[in-house]
Amino acid sequence: MLGEGILKGMAETARNFVGSYFSAERMTTVEYPEERIAPIEAARVFPFLVYDTENWEAGLRCVACQICEKECPPKCIFIEKSKDKKPDAIGKPQFYPTRFDIDISVCMSCQICVEVCPFEAIKMDNVFELATDDRFGGLLLDRKELAKSNEYYHGIHPTEAARVDARLAAEKVKADAKSTAAVVASAVKGAERPAPPAAGGV
Amino acid sequence: MTDTAFRREKMEEGWNRPPLIEEDGEAELLEVAMGPHHPSTHGVFRMDLALDGERVVRLKPVFGYLHRNHEKIAEGISYLASMPYTDRLDYICSLTNNWAYALAVEKLVGQQVPERAEYIRVILAEFTRIQNHASSIGFLIQEMGASGTPLMYAFREREKILDLFEELTGSRMMCNYMRFGGCRVDTSAAWLDAARKVVDGLPGFVDEFENLLSTNEILMARCQRVGILRPELAVNAGITGPMLRASGVNYDIRKVDHYGIYDRFKFRVPLGDHGDIYDRYMVRILEMRESITILNQALRDIPGGPIMDAKAKIRGFRPKPGEAYGRIEAPKGELGFYLISDGGPNPYRYRVRPPSLINLTVLEDMCLGSNVADVVLIFGSVDIVLGEVDR
Amino acid sequence: MKTMEEIKAAIEAAAPGAGVEIVPNPSPSGQHSLRIAPSHAVAVATFLRDDAELALDFLSNVTGVDWLDKEVTEKVKVTSTVTKTVDDVEQDVEETVEETRKRVQPGCLEVVYHLFSSALKHGPVILRMKTMNRTDQVELPSLTPIWRSAEFQEREVFDLYGVVFKGHPDLRRLLMWDEFKDHPMRRDYVDPDDYEYEPTPHDAVLTRANAHKAAEEAKAREGTGAGL
Repeated sequence: MLGEGILKGMAETARNFVGSYFSAERMTTVEYPEERIAPIEAARVFPFLVYDTENWEAGLRCVACQICEKECPPKCIFIEKSKDKKPDAIGKPQFYPTRFDIDISVCMSCQICVEVCPFEAIKMDNVFELATDDRFGGLLLDRKELAKSNEYYHGIHPTEAARVDARLAAEKVKADAKSTAAVVASAVKGAERPAPPAAGGV
Repeated sequence: MTDTAFRREKMEEGWNRPPLIEEDGEAELLEVAMGPHHPSTHGVFRMDLALDGERVVRLKPVFGYLHRNHEKIAEGISYLASMPYTDRLDYICSLTNNWAYALAVEKLVGQQVPERAEYIRVILAEFTRIQNHASSIGFLIQEMGASGTPLMYAFREREKILDLFEELTGSRMMCNYMRFGGCRVDTSAAWLDAARKVVDGLPGFVDEFENLLSTNEILMARCQRVGILRPELAVNAGITGPMLRASGVNYDIRKVDHYGIYDRFKFRVPLGDHGDIYDRYMVRILEMRESITILNQALRDIPGGPIMDAKAKIRGFRPKPGEAYGRIEAPKGELGFYLISDGGPNPYRYRVRPPSLINLTVLEDMCLGSNVADVVLIFGSVDIVLGEVDR
Repeated sequence: MKTMEEIKAAIEAAAPGAGVEIVPNPSPSGQHSLRIAPSHAVAVATFLRDDAELALDFLSNVTGVDWLDKEVTEKVKVTSTVTKTVDDVEQDVEETVEETRKRVQPGCLEVVYHLFSSALKHGPVILRMKTMNRTDQVELPSLTPIWRSAEFQEREVFDLYGVVFKGHPDLRRLLMWDEFKDHPMRRDYVDPDDYEYEPTPHDAVLTRANAHKAAEEAKAREGTGAGL
């Protein structure tokens, strides 16, 4: 019969319309600013720098190795390496970034910087409401704006942060053992330099 | 040789372009620039039409509004850094783009992929295919004038799949998930359960879609015997994907190359009979059903184990000199990557074979002689994304 | 599918003088290719498409590759006749000296075709063609009359590399606009510095942008000065 297909289709839309009053599954939209869905743990927006301890400047894990700057696909990271070394959170002297800028108007949230970082220093944030009326300055984040504490990292990506902490702790134990061994060995044999901690993958 | 004379000659060889009206003929032609800002063109794309009344007598596609020279960018950055750029080619199906690129690089360096990673890739690729076909049908019907309903139904289902993608990869559309030699993060048991739940709901969605559309008289009247593409021309013009299969050519790269682990799954390749818009629509619906069966098998059989090959390198990746062409059956057709390495950290030559662009080769052939209102539909049935056409 | 050697022999039997050369590919992909002489390209392509055993009816991918002029250092043995006085008699003696020479290997543009068979489901067979140089002799025969799928892709190679395809029905720029002068995918292409000179915060773009802006302003000043 001509028109049967159209009637069938209309029955389908009617079923959906009526169903939307009874079934939550059929109500798929969320009225955004008033109503929000729970943040998804894996979500990534823009990168931030992790620091340990209380002081953000001293506690930055970044050692200005500039791997992320080189690997960044749209080249939105800009790092200036320090001339001197400063003790990091565990007291080892390290270089540090005197300048660390990320132009988030260029950043494409790909998370390659996170993957290539051997020091677990850069991670992805999940804050997305970053609208500003300043086209240039407001979208260029410097290292103070980028620095977020490790507790903050635990707050947004708990599973991943726990894994990272476990890895860092294991590395620290290994490094300590090595340096004690080196101290012992050097006490026995004379000067022998301690090996640097192994740079791990992702 | 003039264009007209060339086509006359080629018509005898099977290119189905009807003869054009002679330039000095009686008819007065109306030239229309359809696009670049036309709601039916899925972005910025222009068709220069010459009309004789309602009838199309010439159609020249104009590309390049979204051109950013993706290939040049990729030749200036490392192999890994191109991966997020591939997301932005066909931005509806970023995961299949990732896979095609990863596959080409893996061929170039002879990299193995662990079994679990292969299963994850198949699962994600089939989800991508379903959401692409659903939304492309939605867009096609919208271009026919059914504003909203089918498209919103498709988007409702796509939403569930994108939620899965976000939970796993961290992003809904720009997934940047696959790596040379595996995948970036592992799927949790909870994610697999959520995926199974979504797959269980999918057949109901396809049924609903079919109830809504397949026997609709208006859709049949507008789609059947419109935009016919003959199989000889389709093969000769390098058409791939659902469009080729709608013309009745049995060519699915999943079956031909058995890339990844596609030889382990049982699925059928739906073929069309007439090569018109309705067949393209129907092939997409049936491919969604086949994808669901693949998903069921993959989610049932997925083994444990690592997701990255132990020999895979993230930093300091430098393939030995050589070249490789890797291709997969992306939802839109054959997506290939051709890479030449000179031993450096950046590819010497990086080429994308974009299915969307090459499928438009026959747009003029399908449109000539039909009404101008059908051009919108024929164009919609090709299923393109401008990010990939213009690169 | 036939091996590369068999395909080469078949082509040479069908199109004598085609000058087919196997280009080995050292990568694990093992996709070796065939370089053919441009003068016989159409005959070879027609044979590959129509031959019953090969039936390469599906041209998947057409690519350009730019090979720059390369300086090659090689050791050459040079034999020269030197007149020497041996045993108080003048004699012509042949002497062989090893010389290190630098030679410029001229660059070229190369077009690569990836062929498959939709009927027999095999492939890829890869064809390559080279132009004589990168500047004035950049003509190659078009394979669009044999495979339609080359139509847009050859236009793209023409657009981005500047290879001129003889016999192409509609050779225009595909992605760049018609008035554009250069070929952006060539390795020695220099981007224009006026495409974006917004005050980006740092790096080379800023330096170039400032230089460009200064030049523009100087030009504008000069223009008004001349007017007065």
